[in-house]
Amino acid sequence: MVVKAVETPNIGFDFSNHARNQFLGQRLQGTPKATSTGTTIVGVIFGGGDSGEEAGVCLGADTRATGGPIVADKNCEKIHYLTPQIRCCGAGTAADTEFVTNLISSNLELHALSQGRPARIVTAMTMLKQYLFRYQGHVGAHLVLGGVDSTGPHLFTVHAHGSTDKLPYVTMGSGSLAAMAVFESSFKENMTRAEAVALVARAIRSGIFNDLGSGSNVDVAVITKSGTEMLRNYETPNERSNKSRNYKFRRGTTAWTKENVRSLIVSEDVKITTGAGKDQGGFEAKQVPTGAGVGGEEGMDLDS
Amino acid sequence: MALYAQPPTSYSDPTTAPIEHRFNPYSDNGGSILAIAGKDFSVIAGDTRQSEGYNIQTRYARKVWQLTDKVVLATNGFSADGNNFVKRVKQRLEWYEHAHHKPMGLKSIARMIQTLLYGKRFFPYYVYNILGGIEEDGSGAVYSFDPVGSYEREACRAAGAAQSLIQPFLDNQVYFKNQQPEPGAAPFVAGNLPLSTILSLVVDSFTSATERHIEVGDGMEIYVVMNKGRTTDDLIGPGILSEGMHVEELGALGEGGGERTFLVTSPLKRD
Amino acid sequence: MSHHPAMWKQPSAHSSFNDYATFPLAQTQRHSAISHGATQHTQQPLVTGTSVLGIKFDKGVMIAADNLASYGSLARFRDIQRLHPLGKHTLLGVAGDMSDYQWLKKELDALLRQEEALSLTDSHPSLSPSNIYDLLANLFYGRRSKMNPVWNAVLVGGWDKNKKESFLAFIDLLGTTYTAPTLATGFGAHLAQPLLREAFEAKAGVDGKGPLLTQEEGEKLIDDCMKVLFYRDARSINKYQVAIITEEGITISDSKSAPTEWSFAEGLRGYGAQTQ
Repeated sequence: MVVKAVETPNIGFDFSNHARNQFLGQRLQGTPKATSTGTTIVGVIFGGGDSGEEAGVCLGADTRATGGPIVADKNCEKIHYLTPQIRCCGAGTAADTEFVTNLISSNLELHALSQGRPARIVTAMTMLKQYLFRYQGHVGAHLVLGGVDSTGPHLFTVHAHGSTDKLPYVTMGSGSLAAMAVFESSFKENMTRAEAVALVARAIRSGIFNDLGSGSNVDVAVITKSGTEMLRNYETPNERSNKSRNYKFRRGTTAWTKENVRSLIVSEDVKITTGAGKDQGGFEAKQVPTGAGVGGEEGMDLDS
Repeated sequence: MALYAQPPTSYSDPTTAPIEHRFNPYSDNGGSILAIAGKDFSVIAGDTRQSEGYNIQTRYARKVWQLTDKVVLATNGFSADGNNFVKRVKQRLEWYEHAHHKPMGLKSIARMIQTLLYGKRFFPYYVYNILGGIEEDGSGAVYSFDPVGSYEREACRAAGAAQSLIQPFLDNQVYFKNQQPEPGAAPFVAGNLPLSTILSLVVDSFTSATERHIEVGDGMEIYVVMNKGRTTDDLIGPGILSEGMHVEELGALGEGGGERTFLVTSPLKRD
Repeated sequence: MSHHPAMWKQPSAHSSFNDYATFPLAQTQRHSAISHGATQHTQQPLVTGTSVLGIKFDKGVMIAADNLASYGSLARFRDIQRLHPLGKHTLLGVAGDMSDYQWLKKELDALLRQEEALSLTDSHPSLSPSNIYDLLANLFYGRRSKMNPVWNAVLVGGWDKNKKESFLAFIDLLGTTYTAPTLATGFGAHLAQPLLREAFEAKAGVDGKGPLLTQEEGEKLIDDCMKVLFYRDARSINKYQVAIITEEGITISDSKSAPTEWSFAEGLRGYGAQTQ
């Protein structure tokens, strides 16, 4: 059998689109940019030692999502669920952090089912880094992974290229320096749970107020052997103020070029039944005058 | 904007292109400014944040400048260019006053700003200017400029980072764009809004821009220039400005022709 | 005839200061470095200094910088002072290119020498911190406009004798200027500034109207920030000086180090799933 050299099975990386992408990038003044989350995310390990406190992990995140300089979401959730005892904070491309945590969450559930015991944090970490390494950084997920399992509390960072770090306190995202400054000056080993939550909130606030990519509220998650406590919007230091004017428009403000009113209800037949709704003691069927849709009860004029 | 677009590189293979280490003399320091003209007053405002990238350089940097007793200038873009441009404008105004024994008028300042900007046509001041004040006939006026000197008198204008957020709002509320008058009512006329309404629009513009633009925030400064003889009852007095806002009158710069300038300040969100 | 040094070579003690240019005054060619011969523009910094920090406290200003001048990633010179006094009440803290810094020192010292001589006569006020700051801002902006930047970011700290208030401001190679009660250049803007602002606002409030930090609190804060910078800025060194500028004048501390803590690393194994 003769096998041509060009038909060798494709092992390793495929660069066939490189020239095309380079060309398109030049033509389009840069490749398309996805929505990214300028972010502050952090984690610390607390308890243990002679603190007399149950060992655990405390994670934190801000809640601002950005697209360029525009705030896309003022109160998004960046602490993602992996398993009941493992959470993962995501920075980078929003879609990638959501997709990759969802995928790994599903795989961890299957893993737990097949093994008959909860998945460990190192398992989640290994699955994440192997998945991300395969995509050579093109899946833009920068993660802080934390949780408690049979071997105790664990905390990792996972970078988009697949490298990981193991430390007692970590930060990621555009606000990572602001948050790390707080940790480097104030972290102590074997903190109490309350101290850890306060320190994490302070680190996130440092990101919120000093990094333009981060903002709005502080989310905190506390994970111990006994479970996870999600403190969603643990602090809200940036509440929106009231507008000084009322921007309600007079009815008829919008101009139109053509008016065409049609009755969508051709015929209507209302029957009173003794169905499930009645048996469940929920709702009484009520006869409604035809045409009283939205706005009818508010005393607004109808266009018919 | 094509002026600032990167010139396309002629290298077909990126690996053979030399890495360029050219000094870039420009930066963008964020923030936003706006101005609205009234019948016999003018309102010029800006936020006080100065940033570079994701970094806040300072929470208080001035972007709005009182030039004469009836003229205020707002600058936005590259702050070093902005500050040095204002310095040059002020110097020219001083020279004018020495030569003619009177302050330069608003429309003359506008024309002078055009020539100063165009004078650096091929190494432009990366600055968007909005000039506001009282015209010689006593009417409130706003002039807006592009970085190389094209200018126009308008009833209102927003510029800077949040221009694309604020200008459509002002078009709707000041120029009544996309609004039909009540049947039988007189058509809308732009430039006749009362001061209280304009102040509210300015405040709401900046609080909204702060909510949705990362480079806008920290504080705002609103300059109100009033024609001589105009009442101040709609600016000074209890219950007129909302909580946290502060107003002070800025004394006359020269002999004073009766026009009065007030500075209203208010904090903005800092995240 | 007066024997005052400022009067030397002056033909008459009564004439006002050289009104008619009848004799040559020493004229330092101050800003003409690029006016003759082939021009050498700094196109990139070579030997560099990292962050400079500055804060206002209740009696003045303090400015800190470490003693390292790096050559790329090489810690090339480990005993460089990056704090330079300008007169009795102004101090310059410099980050960025060290050769531009040395040039800047030479020029400013020449200027100040001349000013000092002039100030020995009557009615010649000495340069205030804000005067020196304006001069530097104009110099930096002028050089960037000639596409020949002074490749530095500097903090100017000082005490204004007339206004009886402290002064602290920033300039960079673009001519960008700003002031704030706490300032930091380079990496310090990302790592130290959040801590500086937090500590400042804890006492003075977000409007800055409350009491300022005391000198003791300020020094503690600076020590804290220099430690964080040493931990996290790869171009830094744990050897730094702090300058304090008050009404009394300038004091620059000896080089010192922050105590560091590495015991947390004892229990760590690997970077991933390793346990041994």
